[in-house]
Amino acid sequence: MSRRPYLNFSYFPGCSMATTATEANESIKKAAKVLGFNLMELEDWNCCGSSSAQTMCKNLSLGMAARNLSLAPPGWPLVAMCPRCLHYLRSAQECLRASPEAHHALEDHWGRPIPLDLEIVHFMEVLVRHGTDRLKKNLKRSLQGVKFVPYYGCTLFRPPRMQKEKYFQGEMENLLKMLGAEPAPDAYAYRCCGSFLSATDPEVVTPLVNEIIDSAVAARANCIVTACAMCQLNLEIRCTSKVRLPVFHFSEVLALALGAEDYEEWWPRHIVDPRPLLEELKLVA
Amino acid sequence: MSQPKLQEKSREFPAVEISGMNRALAADIRKRSGTQFQRCFQCQTCANGCPFVQAMDYPPNVIMRMLQYGMEQEVLRCSTIWICVGCHTCSSQCPMGIDIAAVMDSLRLKAVEAGAPIAKPNILDFHEEVLRSLERYGRAHKLSIMWRYKMQTGRWFSDLDVGLKMLARRKLELRPSRVKNIGEITELFKCYWRESK
Repeated sequence: MSRRPYLNFSYFPGCSMATTATEANESIKKAAKVLGFNLMELEDWNCCGSSSAQTMCKNLSLGMAARNLSLAPPGWPLVAMCPRCLHYLRSAQECLRASPEAHHALEDHWGRPIPLDLEIVHFMEVLVRHGTDRLKKNLKRSLQGVKFVPYYGCTLFRPPRMQKEKYFQGEMENLLKMLGAEPAPDAYAYRCCGSFLSATDPEVVTPLVNEIIDSAVAARANCIVTACAMCQLNLEIRCTSKVRLPVFHFSEVLALALGAEDYEEWWPRHIVDPRPLLEELKLVA
Repeated sequence: MSQPKLQEKSREFPAVEISGMNRALAADIRKRSGTQFQRCFQCQTCANGCPFVQAMDYPPNVIMRMLQYGMEQEVLRCSTIWICVGCHTCSSQCPMGIDIAAVMDSLRLKAVEAGAPIAKPNILDFHEEVLRSLERYGRAHKLSIMWRYKMQTGRWFSDLDVGLKMLARRKLELRPSRVKNIGEITELFKCYWRESK
């Protein structure tokens, strides 16, 4: 582990974190700052391409993701929080490695190098690798009483391409346990949230989301913590179960434990108000 | 029934013939997806694990079998390939290591290219609206995507409550977040755009 006070990373927020889930974006920046990670937002980043480009045109999908790689400053690992963005950025890099022609064509086109050894990592991996001491040192509010389902969703380690990289199973539990929270893992933690079907075919998604939430209630959790901003949204807007649980972004819970004070901006953006739970646990005033 | 004689092991079995078998499709999808779907032996693990199988017209294992048989019309026209969101539950559980989600991916592209009738046109419309937003802003702008998607599908009042709730929680940004150097993005779209509309 480096002894430098600040570790430098370039940061790819992605469309969800930049718009619908700004609370996740604000809290990740806050947590990173406390932990001594310098997250420098990628200058003029664009959408990773998402499922839609992947569905409609492989070249477009590659081009969208690769442009981001061409913007990354050399030597700084590129950090993403959204599992899908991470997946598409890594896939593009893998594709360029396999196809030197496509690689050179895009480099020539933009007049910028696209380094094939650029490290693309998930924020959670940054924490596991550099943050465990820093987490303990900077703990301001113990998360005692928070009993959470670690909801990873489908993309963080399931696609065969991602399995060649780091595996995150269990890391969310390890990290939040360090901060005093208690995991309730006996629930649907990896079940797909419905993705874009939530927009096109909500009647398909609602029963699935209800099963996920109901399983969390049955596991006696008092909240769900997600690794993905789209999952967070789908679990909130598509749930029709009687008993509902607050659904936090991982970065919100992290920043809260690290002493963030601007959380008042975050909670009103939730559909299921987490304030009663947090007040009951005396985590917020 | 009498026991088969062991020394008859090397006898020849008659070939199974499937009339109208389209080998070209199977070869094409194998190349595009980079996965060996001919290994599928119908254990149905994919169908049992798929969260969306109830909404599909054929379970994933049947798609594999139809592909093996070269049933082009059926696999390109089915709703299964559009319902699949690529959650990779099937791919991660397949005992034969088939990346089934990659097959679905390749079939979707093939269906669009071949101009096959789309079983779930609303999902294709949605993807196109997302791409329109990406072409214009370089980033996804959910409000304009949903607005235009509603115009396409005419389902104005479905989901109105959720949309209003999201607006109230400021989860639908009014102004899109934009890429400054948008020229670099629009260029990327030259490689593909559906001609109609």
